[in-house]
Order: sequence, then structure tokens, then C-alpha cells
Amino acid sequence: MARLVVMGGGVSGHTAATFAKKWLGSKHEVVVVTPNSLWNWIPSNIWVGVGEMKKEDVTFALAPVYKKAGIDYRQAKAISIHPEGNNSGDKPYITIEYTSKEKEGQTEELTYDYLINATGPKLNFAATPGLGDANGIGEHTVSVCTADHAVHASHELHKVFQKAKTKKQKILVGTGHGMCTCQGAAFEYIFNIEHEAKKAGVRDNVDIKWISNESFLGDFGMGGMHLNVGGYTASSKIFAESLYSERKLSWIIGAHVNKVEKGKAHYELLDGSTGVEEFDFAMLIPPFAGVGLKALNKAGEDITETLFAPNGFLKVDANYAAGAYENWKASDWPRTLQNPTYGNIFAVGIAFAPPHPISKPMSSPNGTPITPTPPRTGMPSAMMGKAVARSIVDMINGASKPTHTACMAEMGAACVASAGKGLFSGTAAAMTVYPVVPDFEKYPGIGRDINMTTGEIGLAGHWIKHFLHFAFIWKAKLKPLWTIIPE
Amino acid sequence: MAAKHMEHIQPYSLQSGTMIPTNFRKFLRTCVIWQLMRFIAINIKMTILILRSHH
Repeated sequence: MARLVVMGGGVSGHTAATFAKKWLGSKHEVVVVTPNSLWNWIPSNIWVGVGEMKKEDVTFALAPVYKKAGIDYRQAKAISIHPEGNNSGDKPYITIEYTSKEKEGQTEELTYDYLINATGPKLNFAATPGLGDANGIGEHTVSVCTADHAVHASHELHKVFQKAKTKKQKILVGTGHGMCTCQGAAFEYIFNIEHEAKKAGVRDNVDIKWISNESFLGDFGMGGMHLNVGGYTASSKIFAESLYSERKLSWIIGAHVNKVEKGKAHYELLDGSTGVEEFDFAMLIPPFAGVGLKALNKAGEDITETLFAPNGFLKVDANYAAGAYENWKASDWPRTLQNPTYGNIFAVGIAFAPPHPISKPMSSPNGTPITPTPPRTGMPSAMMGKAVARSIVDMINGASKPTHTACMAEMGAACVASAGKGLFSGTAAAMTVYPVVPDFEKYPGIGRDINMTTGEIGLAGHWIKHFLHFAFIWKAKLKPLWTIIPE
Repeated sequence: MAAKHMEHIQPYSLQSGTMIPTNFRKFLRTCVIWQLMRFIAINIKMTILILRSHH
């Protein structure tokens, strides 16, 4: 009997674990180690963050789902990886520390035959002084990265709406550091705030501004994209600027937020100038880092640098020596997501170390890097989870190497950014992009398939967003026919 | 006559360099019949995208 251990129970880890168990059956063991007791459909946190949904609408308890699936669930956080075992034996293992009430603080060694790192990100609020605190709930700003953060954000937002009935209020939304990713979440949140402000009858008294590390509006950490719109190949810059202008949202771009104080965000721009933006409410996404796993060899020596990149993400089959932007190729991106040193370790979702950003690296004249890091959440992370699960199942059954690939330069992504939640009010931007990482050799000029890279605004996007919300929670709960719902 | 939603576009401002939807385009965004057709079209496109993405 082989044992697959999945560290992390988010979108990618949950997908990998559930499919692996389905394919492996009772002959082999699947263990999920995650510090969380709840699964969270993160895209809908945006609706929680404006009060349109409750935490219970976007989360569910993992334990009963894993019990039904026959998956061994450990509510614990992984501390270290020992890929060569230790002096007592060669069997690789990880150490875990329980976070459940019953076993809180207890540690355990958990052996594995195959290991998937799907730990997601550490929300690195500490990178920007004043951005969040040790609990992640903002000190001066709010976040929508978790369901609890989003509940807090909603409370703070409605306080501001209340104040806006008598006094002008300033809202700031975007990224809280020069190296952030996930601009899409902030993008969706700002449009939902604008919509809710209108609904609350306070839009005229609320000044809403965007601040981000993108060098142009619509970069999204993907170097932007060209969309097939109205017979033209139009840059996402035009698409995004149009959306912001239509809704009377102003913007600051190319910004590294370097300090946040009560009601003030200090920033440096790509041209080296600095500024301060005042706010009554700010939702600034923190930068992401690896969760801080250590790796030790058989002798107990630290080999963290062998297994992980400096940012804490796990090295996989990517080309980490691509060098300057001019040398980047689609083929730099990992395909099997297998660690090059230890073939039984894989990483999926945010946990894998990308070879380099997708957006062109930029820095201010002062040397401050201001570049979006690559997005790898949502649809791509689920596809990675499924592909890696399939490869591992095949390897357990005798294959000598991974049999499936999930390369961000060979996969597309669909993104629906809502503005409001109603079925007949508000509108959403429905975007598709193929591939996520541009391939300028295959698609000269714009790097992507223009027929599959599109964006449009309308109610249809809202309906899709609703459909995705219910479909993916249905799938994650392993309800009937869950396997036919695509990633 | 200019559409009301374009009134805020000031010459030489950040916003003046962008495209702004016409009233007809805005109507289509919430026209249920048109959006039903778009719903089907977008879903087909997303399905093709998903099929092309799995390897």
C-alpha cells in the first residue's frame, strides 16, 4: 500500500486529494494535512467582503467530506520535509503540528511515498509596515484573502457607507506591496464596492481609487493581454481603463506601497516619485510568500535551499536560469510540477516556484522592484492538482515518470469579475485567456490565441459567476456527478 | 446629444484616453435575451478552453 500525503486543502490540494483517492480506491492511502477545518471557495470571498454573502455560503467543513471519501484528514500544519528519512530509516516523512482543538500543539512524523505541496501562500502582511497584523486581519487596512478577512472587510466597509451619508469618504483598493499578485481579486472587489455604494445611495459621497503595482491598468500580473473586441485586437489596458472610467474610478499604477498608517498609504512610483494617499477604508492585497517549510536531509542538515526557491515556493521542473526578460520563453514554465531532486515530491497551485514573473520586471530609479508576480490561483491551480494526482496514481501503478502535465503556458483560464450579485442588476466582466503565460513563438505578436482571449461585460457574466459558485462548492463537497464538473 | 454617462469625461484627463460604451452597448449588457445568447456563447468558449487546457 502506497501513501500519498497532500499538504494543503485549498483548491489545488483538495482537487488533487479527491481525484487521487477516487482513482486509487482503498488499495492505497491518501492523507490531507491542512491547518484549516473549513474549505473556502475563495472567489466568492469578494461577495462576502461587501456583505452580499455570509461566511457560511463560501465555506464548509472538510472533515465529513474527507470521511465520506475515505481520505485520512489531519487538521495540522506541515513544519518540515525529510525527503531522505533520517538516521533511523530511509522512509521519507514530514513533521506536522496539529491545529485542531483536541490535539493542538502535538507534533507527529508522517511518512509518505508521494508528497504534494499545495500549501498555498503565506499572506505576507509583514512585508509592508502597517499592512495587517499577526492575525492577518488588517491593522489599518482590510483584506479579502480569507473568509474571515472578508467578513471583517464587510463590517468596515458598511461603517464607511454609514459615514458617507453625511461626510465624504475615501476608499482605496489594490495591492499593498510592489511584488504582489492577485490583482484580479482587488479588481473585482473595487467594482463590487462601487456597485454597493450606488445601492446604498452614497456613491456621490464616496471617492474610490485604485492603487496597484501594475505598470499599466489591466496587466493582472500576466503582462496584460490582447482581447478580441469588436473586430479589433485591443489591449486589456484599454478594456480596464474603460471600465474604471465608466464607473468614475481613478487610479494610481506602478506603485509600491511601502508603509501604511492610520488613514494613509505611503507609496513609491516607477518614476521614483513618492506620495501619500489618504483613505477612510482600504483593501490592499498583501504579497504572497511560501509558508516557510523547512527541508532536512538524512543527516538532519538543512537542505531548504535545495528544495525551495528563496521566496519559499517549491522548486519544480521549471527553467530557473532564464535570466533577463528578453530571454524568457513559454518553455521555461513547469509541465509536470515534479521536484527535480526528489521525484516523489510535487507542488501545485501557488506553492510551486514560478521560473520568473509573466509581467516585464520593472523597478524605480531607487532600485525598488515594482512588478506583479504571476497569478496561479483558481482554475490553473485546480488543473495542476488534477494532473499531478493523475501522474502520481500512474506512478504508483508502475509508471516510471509523470504521465500528465499542467503547464501554465499550455492552459487557459477563465475569469469572471462581478460588479454586484443580482441576477438582473449589475454586470460582470467575463474574460478568457489562452494560454495564461504568453507563448510568443506559437502566437507571434500578442503571445496568445486571439480567438480564445476575450472579454465582455454583461449579465451573462453574473450568471456564470453564480453557476461557478454553486458548481464548484458542489464538486468540492463530492456530491453526485462531482467528477464531471470541470476544473 | 451626449450620453449622460459620458459627462464625467474631461478632456486631457486620465479617463479621456479610453473607450466609453455607447448607450446601445450598455443596453445590450442588461438585455436578457441578448445576454442569454452570450451566456451560451461564453460557456461554449470556456468549455473549449478547458478541453484545450487538459493534457
